Amino acid sequence: MLGQTLREVSAALKQGQITPTELCQKCLSLIKKTKFLNAYITVSEEVALKQAEESEKRYKNGQSLGDLDGIPIAVKDNFSTSGIETTCASNMLKGYVPPYNATVVQKLLDQGALLMGKTNLDEFAMGSGSTDGVFGPVKNPWSYSKQYREKRKQNPHSGSGDSDWLITGGSSGGSAAAVSAFTCYAALGSDTGGSTRNPAAHCGLVGFKPSYGLVSRHGLIPLVNSMDVPGILTRYVDDAAVVLGVLAGHDPKDSTTVPINKPLVLSSLEDVSKLCIGIPKEYLVPELSSEIQSLWSRAADLFESEGAKVIEVSLPHTSYSIVCYHVLCTSEVASNMARFDGLQYGHRCDIDVSTEAMYAATRREGFNDVVRGRILSGNFFLLKENYENYFVKAQKVRRLIANDFVNAFNSGVDVLLTPTTLSEAVPYLEFIKEDNRTRSAQDDIFTQAVNMAGLPAVNIPIALSNQGLPIGLQFIGRAFCDQQLLTVAKWFEKQVQFPVIQLQELVDNCSAILENEKLASVSLKQ
Amino acid sequence: MAAPMLRWGCRGRRWALACVDGGSCHRRGAPTGSTSNRIRGQSSVAQQPLHTAQKPRKGEHKWAAVVGLEIHAQISSNSKLFSGSQVRFSAPPNSLVSFFDASLPGTLPVLNRRCVEAAVMTGLALNCHINKKSLFDRKHYFYADLPAGYQITQHRLPIAVNGSLTYGISAGKECGQVIPKMVRVKQIQLEQDSGKSLHDDLRSQTLIDLNRAGVGLLEVVLEPDLSCGEEAATAVRELQLILQALGTSQANMAEGQLRVDANISVHHPGEPLGVRTEVKNLNSIRFLAKAIDYEIQRQISELENGGEILNETRSFHEKLGCTVSMRDKEAKQDYRFMPEPNLPPLLLYDATSLPTGADPQQVINIDQIRETLPELPSVTRERLVQQYGMLPEHSFTLLNEVGLLEFFQNVMKETRAEPKKVTSWVLNIFLGYLKQENLAVSESPVTPSALAELLDLLDSRTISSSAAKQVFEELWKREGKTPGQIVSEKQLELMQDRGALEQFCYSVMKDHPQVVMDVKKGNPRAINKLIGLVRKATLNRADPAVIKEILEKQLSS
Repeated sequence: MLGQTLREVSAALKQGQITPTELCQKCLSLIKKTKFLNAYITVSEEVALKQAEESEKRYKNGQSLGDLDGIPIAVKDNFSTSGIETTCASNMLKGYVPPYNATVVQKLLDQGALLMGKTNLDEFAMGSGSTDGVFGPVKNPWSYSKQYREKRKQNPHSGSGDSDWLITGGSSGGSAAAVSAFTCYAALGSDTGGSTRNPAAHCGLVGFKPSYGLVSRHGLIPLVNSMDVPGILTRYVDDAAVVLGVLAGHDPKDSTTVPINKPLVLSSLEDVSKLCIGIPKEYLVPELSSEIQSLWSRAADLFESEGAKVIEVSLPHTSYSIVCYHVLCTSEVASNMARFDGLQYGHRCDIDVSTEAMYAATRREGFNDVVRGRILSGNFFLLKENYENYFVKAQKVRRLIANDFVNAFNSGVDVLLTPTTLSEAVPYLEFIKEDNRTRSAQDDIFTQAVNMAGLPAVNIPIALSNQGLPIGLQFIGRAFCDQQLLTVAKWFEKQVQFPVIQLQELVDNCSAILENEKLASVSLKQ
Repeated sequence: MAAPMLRWGCRGRRWALACVDGGSCHRRGAPTGSTSNRIRGQSSVAQQPLHTAQKPRKGEHKWAAVVGLEIHAQISSNSKLFSGSQVRFSAPPNSLVSFFDASLPGTLPVLNRRCVEAAVMTGLALNCHINKKSLFDRKHYFYADLPAGYQITQHRLPIAVNGSLTYGISAGKECGQVIPKMVRVKQIQLEQDSGKSLHDDLRSQTLIDLNRAGVGLLEVVLEPDLSCGEEAATAVRELQLILQALGTSQANMAEGQLRVDANISVHHPGEPLGVRTEVKNLNSIRFLAKAIDYEIQRQISELENGGEILNETRSFHEKLGCTVSMRDKEAKQDYRFMPEPNLPPLLLYDATSLPTGADPQQVINIDQIRETLPELPSVTRERLVQQYGMLPEHSFTLLNEVGLLEFFQNVMKETRAEPKKVTSWVLNIFLGYLKQENLAVSESPVTPSALAELLDLLDSRTISSSAAKQVFEELWKREGKTPGQIVSEKQLELMQDRGALEQFCYSVMKDHPQVVMDVKKGNPRAINKLIGLVRKATLNRADPAVIKEILEKQLSS
């Protein structure tokens, strides 16, 4: 049941094969069993059970609200949830309970979805590992999969025990782990530079970033307003389409959203011969793992063999994307974080000698080094003397990057096919050898330009690596052609038949893993 | 432009207050008319004044003051600029605060259509070019009553630019003329108001009220075309009248709906502009004039004593009547401006650019707003002068006092008296009584109808003008009597019985043969004495003109 698609479960609910409460309890019990993954910051058990109860009544009366009625979902902890703590994995917002729901959350609840809880992330979504939040790192469920463990046993170099568990990627790692570990059917992430697609790639999931303006940001605690979009993490493309169908559309509370003309319906693509797939040559970088590179070209071959036109395209300004992003992101971060002053909500320090001293201490205590570092850089770039040289230039480069995509699509390309990440998920101990900024710069390389241009993009898992870990590829579509993009992604998903994660062992032996986990965390502190 | 500058330059009589020692009130703003277009194109760099009102004493330098204003007008709207919270003065603290106003994380601004329309309307009334595309920016500074840590404003591309504000300076009591003057409007921008901080020094606490946070403001930036407190005060008063006529702001300074910051510097004409200071938060027109004139004076004294002017923010101390340095965090700030990413560019249309089939609810048509503009104060005054033949100065007075024009027009509606008579009564007697008791027109004990009735009695020669004043005095006592009742109770009617009046005249002449002799000898004043005696005999109820006529007749017979 837990491995089914959203529509299959929905049908089962309608037919009474399972009740929403039973489904909810199954998921709650899995959440408890996989607690060590640290996927959730807050488990909203009571809320979910109450929602399940109401859903059950509706099903009994034959008044189901739709495909999402009674379906367990999870929400990244940077979306405001009325009455449920929303922390952004930061000391600054510990204990902050928003009085309102983000529009996307409200839309899901209005459809009868069950909110299982709020998922872990990098503090204020600043990171690419889900390792830099105050509630600790998120563990990749694939670390405990049968597929990965068997490969590891074969490898004489790999250590024993769980100390080399893998990161999920980020910053929506909690949402990715939650879906990957079957604790819910869909989860909301956010995507500013790849934060939904990156963990989706590492966790073997569909990770969809809609076009900027298609889905409301109202209630999403911002990282970079001009690039943020709510992301959708699911196990299947169809599931992502169902959720997108609910979320998409103009929101009077978000002036950057646009109305949609017709409801989103995903048809099955039988014939790809009219498709033109673009392969951006700049995405072939030396750091790309050879395994991913070969899967990428196999995917291109697949399209070609099925009759699609596959051409090489150029996105010449790609290499400037990361540094440009650094300037724009930190500038907006500096601005967006200004409201966290300890006065009205969130953390406030004990110092009260002056308002300024209170601000300073509150912000020092409330934010981690990564956030403070970005605030500092951003304020530097926004200084009057630097604005033209940094911010304005970065905006110009951003326009060039966006135009690269426009030119590619104008040349007849329907969808771009690229890698999502440089490599498969790496062990935590490996990951933290580099600092957050270096990691983010590396890991966002294929995903981040898309945010500059506001385009829709989706990670589709393609195969397992030699180590038994998921590898995903990214499809990028034209602005507001999200439906076309997902249609192609769905065709591709069907062709590649990505294996289901085998977690039975994990679920059965979770107590053993928990024991090992304690040891691992002890060793980390040295 | 030299000629008009010269022409107006001499009329400095009334600016004693503004014309500082050793200097003068330079007329940098030129009169309106043929020169205004040329002025508009010029930069705000100092123009060399060509003439000074007072000749400097020997050995002294001439000083010229340069004053520019930034005026914040609260937009009169039901809800705030970017949120649905109500706008209301003196509501309980923090009772009008939406999640957005409190800057809860994740909230986004949604632009209020009414505020945009108010800005366009104000821009049109001030002869501005309305930008069809304008942008919003964030201006950053940390302050407890600015919960987001930034204010959303229009820094790069404001909604309206390059306008002008025409105002009038009185040329002096005797002639009743008003000199038209003009100050250029640099721009009008939409922006958010901040909340209010209340400092409790005793308990060293600061209390925050966010009711005002996010209320829409029009920031009107005037070019430094002003040169003294009176000019600034008059220009602001005119702007206030325009805003009130448009209904775009209540512009009540006491309630903080209109706040003025003044940038002031002094220099020697022909030399570069001096270092300027900014005097903040001037919240009455009187203090505005005082503060500017004080600051000009202070800067000149400072410079003449070898000191220097610091580029600083100062505030006006109302009790001491001087400006003082604020010396706090309001000093040099880098506001780190950044585009507001959550608001797309604001696009406006006119009849020619309006997309076909556009939903009228979704677009703002500048031409349509232009058609709805009400009569502006300058036009109203022009009309008063034309329609009633009053002096321009009187038309200014009628508009300057809140409610006085309406009062005047209501009296006009009900009375047969001549407009000049009504104007005179309203501006001299009525306004005089109000001023004496420091009352607003709305608080007046005398209604327009009562005054109209009184003026009718006067007009029909039922009472004399001195009796009329007596009636007015009675009316002011709020005893609820009509002028007619007062006249009959006090027996103030003029004697209509000519025979009786002839009898009075005859008796007076008979009792005062000496005076009659004087008249007959050719002393022209002697007849006035007789008239006075007859009036006294009739208890002031006789019309002196009639008495004179009868006396002359009797004397010549």
